[in-house]
Amino acid sequence: MSVWTRHQILEKNSILLILGILLVIAIGGIVEIAPLFYLRSTIEKVDGMRPYTPLELAGRAIYVREGCYLCHSQMIRPLRDEVERYGHYSLAAESMYDHPFQWGSKRTGPDLARVGGKYSDEWHVAHLVDPRSVVPQSIMPSYSFLARADLDYRAIADHMKVNRTIGVPYTDEQIENAIADLRAQANPDDPGVAGLQKRYPKAAARDFDGNPKITEMDALVAYLQMLGTLVDFKLYNEKANLR
Amino acid sequence: MGGIVAQRTKYMTEAEGALAIAFLIAAFISIIAAAKAQDAPFAFHAYLAAAASAAAAFSIFNRYFSRPAELPLQEIAGKPNYNMGPVKFATAIAMFWGIAGFLVGLVIALQLAWPALNFDLPWTTFGRLRPLHTSAVIFAFGGNVLIATSFYVVQKTCRVRLAGDLAPWFVVLGYNFFILIAGTGYLLGVTQSKEYAEPEWYADLWLTIVWVVYLLVFLATIIKRKEPHIFVANWFYLAFIVTIAILHLGNNPAVPVSIFGSKSYVVWGGIQDAMFQWWYGHNAVGFFLTAGFLGIMYYFVPKRAERPVYSYRLSIVHFWALIFLYIWAGPHHLHYTALPDWTQTLGMTFSIMLWMPSWGGMINGLMTLSGAWDKLRTDPVLRMLVVSVAFYGMSTFEGPVMSIKVVNSLSHYTDWTIGHVHSGALGWVGFVSFGAIYCLVPWLWNRRELYSLKLVNWHFWISTIGIVFYVSAMWVSGVLQGLMWRAYTSLGFLEYSFIESVEAMHPFYIIRAAGGALFFVGALIMAYNLWMTVRAEVKESAQMAPQPAE
Repeated sequence: MSVWTRHQILEKNSILLILGILLVIAIGGIVEIAPLFYLRSTIEKVDGMRPYTPLELAGRAIYVREGCYLCHSQMIRPLRDEVERYGHYSLAAESMYDHPFQWGSKRTGPDLARVGGKYSDEWHVAHLVDPRSVVPQSIMPSYSFLARADLDYRAIADHMKVNRTIGVPYTDEQIENAIADLRAQANPDDPGVAGLQKRYPKAAARDFDGNPKITEMDALVAYLQMLGTLVDFKLYNEKANLR
Repeated sequence: MGGIVAQRTKYMTEAEGALAIAFLIAAFISIIAAAKAQDAPFAFHAYLAAAASAAAAFSIFNRYFSRPAELPLQEIAGKPNYNMGPVKFATAIAMFWGIAGFLVGLVIALQLAWPALNFDLPWTTFGRLRPLHTSAVIFAFGGNVLIATSFYVVQKTCRVRLAGDLAPWFVVLGYNFFILIAGTGYLLGVTQSKEYAEPEWYADLWLTIVWVVYLLVFLATIIKRKEPHIFVANWFYLAFIVTIAILHLGNNPAVPVSIFGSKSYVVWGGIQDAMFQWWYGHNAVGFFLTAGFLGIMYYFVPKRAERPVYSYRLSIVHFWALIFLYIWAGPHHLHYTALPDWTQTLGMTFSIMLWMPSWGGMINGLMTLSGAWDKLRTDPVLRMLVVSVAFYGMSTFEGPVMSIKVVNSLSHYTDWTIGHVHSGALGWVGFVSFGAIYCLVPWLWNRRELYSLKLVNWHFWISTIGIVFYVSAMWVSGVLQGLMWRAYTSLGFLEYSFIESVEAMHPFYIIRAAGGALFFVGALIMAYNLWMTVRAEVKESAQMAPQPAE
């Protein structure tokens, strides 16, 4: 009985055909995905990585909402020109708290994995309000509406709780202080700044958009300004993380 | 029968009753959800759901009151009583979504050339319109074409009426309701930011229900078939439906912040999420845009050419090799990222191997014309189908090339990827869909033939020229971008700032938009042609619906 004759069994039995399909498509996915949950290089912890502050998390939600990932990647490849243009190549650990990941697939604009600290807050605000005022050849849309929109952060603690249930290690203290921390980060004179920076090392507390109200612009700029700044590459030992 | 008019009492079927009650409950729950909504988009979607549920319940009652006591027969005079209503609806709405999706694509292409067209409004920025474009063309246009053709092909090749009474309508209408929720969500900023899987958790849940019913209808129709063998097109449709279900479930698990709010967080994070995403993303290409449309090829090309499928054995090899190899190819979207090297290399290796079954399928499609090549001169619909297969061959050669890591280091993140996608999407998926719809409309509406083959010819050439403009512009801009990013001066400095590469893209973005405009115009010509076809007179002796037999 040849293979072709045997194949008729599948052609005449829909349930066997479905089972065959399921079997055949399962293999590749299992082999490629399952190991990523336990290999050292994919689950390593790197010093400096911490969950997002409440304001940064809110800013990240705006980044997601506006589809920034469609034109900006957050993944620097270990290629000479990319490392010189954007900074140290991205580590797996640097996106470990990203649900979902924001690596992107297209650079209509530049990579943003290490944009934090490269430009001033004023530059970011001016650029988001009118990109061509600071970069005349830019083709980015204007996001001036963010500066006018009050940030809705009433549920920010719930956002953090959900993140905790899916593996982001927010502490009870961080969740209890969510709203206070969010307000403190947008106002450098707030008495809560010290507590914020104790709970979130390296968190920058500034009035990001120069407007005393807490706007969506504040949140987005706070998020952009922290991107790629958490790991100190002077101390990072890449031999411990060969990939 | 013999003249005895049995006055049968009309009963509501269990399915009618249960579904009507379910929709009434759904309408009630939706109103509560709208009242408790945490954000405006969620409230809007809850109202839409309430309205749709109420309309669905009303339609069920309405159908009950207007239908005869007996449900439609499985067979009339020994011939299957095909259920073509849902197929007609899906075909027509596919054309609508296609034109909408092409138009949005044209708009965002123009936005990249002239950013003022973003209009400084939240709802019209590129970031919100781009998912609208991709979802409209892939899921709304492509999805409806797949549902329409699969429901048509499975009935014809199994020689039975579609399984289920209300279920096929549930699939077609439910799927389009999902599209409505997804599309309006994008404009309002509701997205989970996973490419080609942007809809939020509640839309995903709804799609899951619809998709399971789709599988059941399709499978139940196959199970009650009158033919001993399951026709090859149905293998591909089945693989498409089953695998998309698995991919959808694997990629989308998420925890909503509130069950009355639109925002959720995807369970997977970082690198694991990246792998899940491109396992999904590449196999959305492999199973939605390839396997499903290969099902179309295996039915409509032989049908239109009036030749049998070239090789039965090649179909078998093509089928199993394609679905086995495709699943592995995802990591080529993540070359040189933080994903481990071995995964990237596996992805690359399997992508290259994938070239073989892809071309095997192309050969099987093209060689089906053996002995009928002369028809290409006289039948522009067949020409469209054949050229789609040629485009399939071209993009499935380009894909493996781009998956090679060295090539990918240049092509990744550039417009080359966009060009590659569109040679497949416009050339393969677009043309094979157009060809299938051109076949289907006269068959479904019992018209003798299309209103005008001349207009099909115009559509074919205008769209083909559009595709050539589009793809070649993106090749040049993509390679140029990649080369500019890695160019060094003789002193060892990076030669170009990023914005210089953006500036260099401008002319190509204009050419691309021109190509897209031509493709759009072609689709308008098609819509006019189809409209005139449907308006024409029903062909004689069509009353008993002798549609093309098997």
